Amino acid sequence: MDQIDILDELPKFTQLGIGIAAFILVVGILLLVVDKLPGYDKGRFAAMVFLLPAGLLLLIGMIYPAIRTVVLSFFDGKGEKAVGFDNYVWMFSDDAIQQVLRNTLLWVILVPLVATATGLIYAIMIDKTRTEALAKALVFLPMGISFVGAGIIWKFVYAFNANSDEQIGLLNQLVVWLGGDAQPWLLNGPWNNLFLIIVMIWIQTGFATVVLSASIKAIPGEIVEAARLDGVNAWQMFWRVTVPSIRPALVVVLVTMSIAALKLFDLVRTMTAGNFGTSVVANEMYTQAFRLSQQGRGSAMAVFLFLLVTPIIIYQVRAMRARREER
Amino acid sequence: MTTLTPMAGKPAAKGGKPETRRAKAKKRLTSRTASVIALIIAILWTTPTFGLLLSSFRPAEEIKTSGWWTFFANPSFTFDNYAEVLLSDSSAGRLGSYFINSLVITIPSVLFPVAFAAFAAYALSWIRFKGRDTLFIGIFALQVVPLQMALVPLLSFFSSNFALEDEGKFIQIWFAHTCFALPFAVFLLHNFMSELPGDVIEAARVDGANHGTIFRKVVLPLVTPALASLTIFQFLWVWNDLLVALVFGSGQDTSPMTVRLAELAGSRGEEWQRLTAGAFISIIVPLIVFLSLQRYFVRGLLAGSVKG
Repeated sequence: MDQIDILDELPKFTQLGIGIAAFILVVGILLLVVDKLPGYDKGRFAAMVFLLPAGLLLLIGMIYPAIRTVVLSFFDGKGEKAVGFDNYVWMFSDDAIQQVLRNTLLWVILVPLVATATGLIYAIMIDKTRTEALAKALVFLPMGISFVGAGIIWKFVYAFNANSDEQIGLLNQLVVWLGGDAQPWLLNGPWNNLFLIIVMIWIQTGFATVVLSASIKAIPGEIVEAARLDGVNAWQMFWRVTVPSIRPALVVVLVTMSIAALKLFDLVRTMTAGNFGTSVVANEMYTQAFRLSQQGRGSAMAVFLFLLVTPIIIYQVRAMRARREER
Repeated sequence: MTTLTPMAGKPAAKGGKPETRRAKAKKRLTSRTASVIALIIAILWTTPTFGLLLSSFRPAEEIKTSGWWTFFANPSFTFDNYAEVLLSDSSAGRLGSYFINSLVITIPSVLFPVAFAAFAAYALSWIRFKGRDTLFIGIFALQVVPLQMALVPLLSFFSSNFALEDEGKFIQIWFAHTCFALPFAVFLLHNFMSELPGDVIEAARVDGANHGTIFRKVVLPLVTPALASLTIFQFLWVWNDLLVALVFGSGQDTSPMTVRLAELAGSRGEEWQRLTAGAFISIIVPLIVFLSLQRYFVRGLLAGSVKG
């Protein structure tokens, strides 16, 4: 058996050493240079030095590649021949891709709504209880787990054994106990999409809980007290006091989750690799560009993802401008 | 994305006038329903992870033939799965090698963006120059741009200009992670730095300090908590990443654990003894970081919200 050999691993540590040395060198030089900068009021030059590393990396690593991707989306698989809008036409006419688009739509609708609702209910239920910190930590925990890890955890929950009565997947065992038949949950469309979406909801609910709980605690006590004196019941309190007071936080949570659902890749890759009708745009982009060597199609899908988030970018920039003008 | 600065606050004041007996009874009832619902959610959310953890310590034969809940009736315990998946031959996983890759990827991919973002955020918050606001808003907007937009050209940029091989590919992974992290990192640190009181900076300036000194001696010490929360974010992001590693790494030389686990889940989907132990190894490191430093993580979350 070829056991793991520590000597084989040594070059990696050498590489790590080089990386850390490079880091110390670069940051050291930068600190030296900014120390020697002319006086406080000569802002222009100082700003250039401070912004140089980040600016350069963003230019090489994001802005130039993004422009190049737009260009590539009008070329063929190898990036050699211009094909006009062919890649986009393919995207909106190919049956398999139609399904991918429908799946992504399902993710973007269900994940933010269900995860936010669950997170909000949970945040209210545990508010000011003795075990609040623990309760929050339990639901928040999946946020620290990788999508790959979460994918395996849930693949295990959905595990299906066709040959025996004994199921090792929790879900199938529950179904059997209740008198039903075990199912291969991840194979049967279109429902398998829902079982993948449940995993994302499981991951994201903790995020909603933490952000919304902080927001609920910031509601001024007088407002709650005034409403209580008016004799509102719990239901009215929720809709007329809690929800309006935490609206900004709700919007942030919903928007963040929509973007996350839109770009979702790892979960689908780990659990089904996009087979059985479960692919989504980000997964298909990866498959086209890096598995099937269809750079043009992959780039077109990336551009499509970008177009979908553009309204969010515009909205965010407007909000940011307004906030900065208030100051 | 959006600032949530006004959210942290004092908990609402309790009290008020004495309640009637009926109201009290009703309140107790609703609070009991609330507790039950909360308990159900808490159980639903923890059981899957618990099942995986427990299974990773069961003998391979038992994992494949009986559910983990039978452990309580028939307990048997082993570390074999961990030894197998970590150390043995490559077909069984050899996760040890990939664990090292994860470490080698993560450390520089956290250090570089945090440092560079700190420099940039300082310039954007405290140096006056023309076009500063436009620049900041540009970087802010980049946060939402899907990193899919950069993958294909960045990979061909590396393969056509540098031809990195074997362990050398770590460099392109570090580079990609650093670039993709910067917009969020700059934004988060800018949020904290621009909130610092102006008179502190002003006092240093009157003492004759230049921007380098103010950055190093005044601003950096004051934003240490922000640096901590950014470090945790970036650590979790890089350690848990699959996409960047799949595109820029390759094989046993540079791929992190996530890539290997995703492979195992696909090609050996029924070898649960390896998958459970392997998944738990990859989960435990971020979980320790996460739980011990959760305070900083939540603070960052509330100040910046997360990138996608």
